[in-house]
Amino acid sequence: MADKILEIKNLDISFKTTAGMVHAIRGVNVDLERGETVAIVGESGSGKSVVMKTAMRLLAGNATINSGEIIFRYKDDKGDLQEVDILKKEKQWVRQNINGRKIAMIFQDPMTSLDPTMTIGNQLIEGMIMHLGLSKEEAKARAIELLEEVGITDAKKRYKQYPHQLSGGMRQRVVIAIAISCYPDLLICDEPTTALDVTIQSKILDLIKKIQKDRGISVIYITHDLGVVAKVADYVNVMYAGRIVEVGNVDEIFFDPKHPYTWGLLSAMPDLDTDDDRLYTIPGSPPNLLNEIQGDAFAARNRFALKADRIEQPPMFKVSETHFAATWLLDERAPKIDMPEELKRRIERMRRSAAEKQ
Amino acid sequence: MAKYIIKRVFMALVTLFMITFLLFLLVRIMPGNPFPSERMSAEAIAKKRAEMGLDDPILVQFGNYLKNVIGKGSFGKGSSLYNGAPISTVLPGCMANSFKIGGLSILIGVVFGLILGIGAALNRGHFWDTFCTVLSILGVCVPSYVFMIFLQYFLAYKVTIFPFYFDMSRFMGSSIIPALSLSLFSMSTIARFTRNEMVEVMDSDYVLLAESKGMYGTKLVTKHILRNALIPIVTVIAPLIVDLLTGALVVEKIYGINGLGKLMVDAISGEGIDYNYVLALGIIYSALYIGIMLVLDITYGLLDPRIRLAGRKES
Amino acid sequence: MSKEMIVTDEDFVLDVSSDITTDRNFASQSFWKGVFTRFKNNKRAMTGLVIIILIFILAVFGPMISGYGYKEIITNGQTQEVAKSLAPRIPALHRLFTGADYQDAFAGKVFLFGTDSLGRDLFTRVWYGARVSLMIAFVTILIDMLIGMSYGLISGYFGQVCDGIMQRFVEIANSIPRLVIVGVLATFMPKGVWLVIVALLLTEWIGMSKIARAEMLKIKGQEYIMASRTLGAKSFRIIFSDVLPNTIGPVITQVMFSIPTAIFTEAFLSFVGVGIVLPQCSIGSLIEDGFNNITTLPYQILPPIIVLALLMLAFNFVGDGLREALAPRIEDM
Repeated sequence: MADKILEIKNLDISFKTTAGMVHAIRGVNVDLERGETVAIVGESGSGKSVVMKTAMRLLAGNATINSGEIIFRYKDDKGDLQEVDILKKEKQWVRQNINGRKIAMIFQDPMTSLDPTMTIGNQLIEGMIMHLGLSKEEAKARAIELLEEVGITDAKKRYKQYPHQLSGGMRQRVVIAIAISCYPDLLICDEPTTALDVTIQSKILDLIKKIQKDRGISVIYITHDLGVVAKVADYVNVMYAGRIVEVGNVDEIFFDPKHPYTWGLLSAMPDLDTDDDRLYTIPGSPPNLLNEIQGDAFAARNRFALKADRIEQPPMFKVSETHFAATWLLDERAPKIDMPEELKRRIERMRRSAAEKQ
Repeated sequence: MAKYIIKRVFMALVTLFMITFLLFLLVRIMPGNPFPSERMSAEAIAKKRAEMGLDDPILVQFGNYLKNVIGKGSFGKGSSLYNGAPISTVLPGCMANSFKIGGLSILIGVVFGLILGIGAALNRGHFWDTFCTVLSILGVCVPSYVFMIFLQYFLAYKVTIFPFYFDMSRFMGSSIIPALSLSLFSMSTIARFTRNEMVEVMDSDYVLLAESKGMYGTKLVTKHILRNALIPIVTVIAPLIVDLLTGALVVEKIYGINGLGKLMVDAISGEGIDYNYVLALGIIYSALYIGIMLVLDITYGLLDPRIRLAGRKES
Repeated sequence: MSKEMIVTDEDFVLDVSSDITTDRNFASQSFWKGVFTRFKNNKRAMTGLVIIILIFILAVFGPMISGYGYKEIITNGQTQEVAKSLAPRIPALHRLFTGADYQDAFAGKVFLFGTDSLGRDLFTRVWYGARVSLMIAFVTILIDMLIGMSYGLISGYFGQVCDGIMQRFVEIANSIPRLVIVGVLATFMPKGVWLVIVALLLTEWIGMSKIARAEMLKIKGQEYIMASRTLGAKSFRIIFSDVLPNTIGPVITQVMFSIPTAIFTEAFLSFVGVGIVLPQCSIGSLIEDGFNNITTLPYQILPPIIVLALLMLAFNFVGDGLREALAPRIEDM
């Protein structure tokens, strides 16, 4: 059996809001093998961040976990393999042993994710002193190394500066340095490039990729940007309205998508070669999760909806060993419906350009 | 930073100067009889006016007044209060009384306000939080002097724990009622403000990042949450002190404390208005207010690295 | 797995929503309608509103239904005995509980809050006082709103030197404590309603102007103002027809917080003795009357204090509710 570092099983979460209970996560399963990269893709509000915050027990107080397990496997200080269900542990235990130490997270907006009243250096050494038991001097020396590792010039000077004295791209590098400071096994990147300039985006992605290669850590990307996914991911989870609707490796999702929602996402991707007059958009908007959903959540926006979609939520149909999709279209009783012609042409183009690159 | 402080101090002095001039102008040139006694003859009044320099051009009068205030610390004499004794002999005692009681109530307000606010934020939705909300509602809708009347009625009249009127010989005992009633408003405001700031900071991205680093408990609260939440609290303290000054006016009057507030009330509400007292107290109050704002402004700058390093406030 | 049995072979046909392109989740709802709904669902704000309306009704009709005038000294018709300092009484209730009538000269008369030391009906006076206090507050705050909004909008719109000078002025005006303004006014103005009104006019506009200016600065840079300007709209038109409507929300919220301040200031000035003069009365002067007799007749001070506290409470609740309704916090997802 392969070595799974993280297994999220049947996670189900509700939020208590002033408007009522919002059933934000409705049975999510995500697997991640050691050393690999998984992307969770979905529109904003689909719940992708919530899932990963749960894995670090960072949920707001109004969240209730109805069911599910988050199994995390790591090597403890003695080198023995440990297996924990993060949801069953005390929050404090998770903070002491997992957060920062085994799982680290990079947040979306570097402008707001650093403490404005604390120097870069102090924010960096905090975790190292706590988790690795370093002295302040040792931690400082390592912090400067780390800053250099993430590509910050003049690290000694930066060490003493406050976040507002750094640019957005630099701040994100600092956040990355903080994240990798205690040698985590798993790095969660929550839209790490969304808030950055386009020119800096790819540099940050390259940096994360390099760190992953150097240290052999596993990475989860949370993103709505399929461009990022294509660049970095081994496996892709497509999420819609609190559920994973399609899973597969990156080739399967990009070249042989099965779920109409994935079709929509791919069609909506801006692309220089598209000669169609206008960019495709998925009609409508995600459902309001205040109301319990009957059948398939995507049915109301689906151009290929079946009657069955309105009655019963489709189960995961197996397409290949690694590829699954939750759509009734894959049922043997379903009419033969293929992806739209436009998308077919587009995928053909992507396939060709991918082949050229290799 | 030095530049920032110098600029602030300079601005404060300019403002104070302009206010002094404005007050002087208003008190001196507006219609009204500065001599309370109706029995004075026209000649006597004219003589008195010339004696006091009231016939000089207004700028000369202002210049002389400033010279006296800055040079000799003299604000002239009162007309109806304290039998016309020089104001500078009356002021120090009153100021000392007011400062003692005002300082005590600010101390009570800040300390208990912070404790309540922090407690409420850390126990969001629980008992402390509800208690804090109720207190802040109470503080908003009950003026300090009304609260004072209640305290006086129950604690000094029904049950005689504290003296009914201020008594210099029992300073601590007789400071409790006025200080407590004056602190109600600042306590509730600070409690509410602290709670809201803390909650906002607790929901912020940087606290999430700190938690994702593994920070928790006291360390998280003191190193990340409190520091960020407390800086803005400095900004609400200035307006609170102003409210305190206003509240002190009535509280001192009711409780018979010889302080600045009672002096002000006596100067304006008696039969004859005491012009010199109004002017002197106006200048002192304005100076106090501007001084407090200046100190808090600089403190704020020192606490927040964004201002400390940039040398100016971000708008 | 029984649930899956629900899907039958016939269900595998295309069934696409006819209105697939219509977005029903975010059905169009006008901004003000949203504000209204949110306000309506806020229990505290609605409680505040109900209290305000009740006090308004009582302030208007209270003095009428009591049957006494606010300065009428009530006497017994035959003996000319004055109804001094009577405790609250309702003869019908008294009879119900004790089975007997009052045995004094005012046996048949109703005094809901009792009478004061001069023999005037407190119920009438409290609501008359509330009326005076509310009128002072509303009139001055509305004028302040006009002054403050114009000042802030103009200052924010023209910016640069104009803004610099205008803001310096605000800063200076803001550095004079209110009680100093009152003191100086008292040197040349007679005591009474006008002193209170002028003092409030001089101080309360500042907060409004700050809000209007901030809103103006926020809105000024937005595209629709640029568009309006490109289309040739004059400054005046941009300020008053493009920006003003957008500042209404925050300014009204500020009004809700200023009114209790005004009521409070009036109460405090009247208490100190430079506000309302006899035989007129307001909440503040009634509290002062009550305070003077607190050791002998403690019931006299309660009605005006309760009305004052309720007013402060209600306006603050409504203000908070409005603020939340205008800028709802997005629930953290």
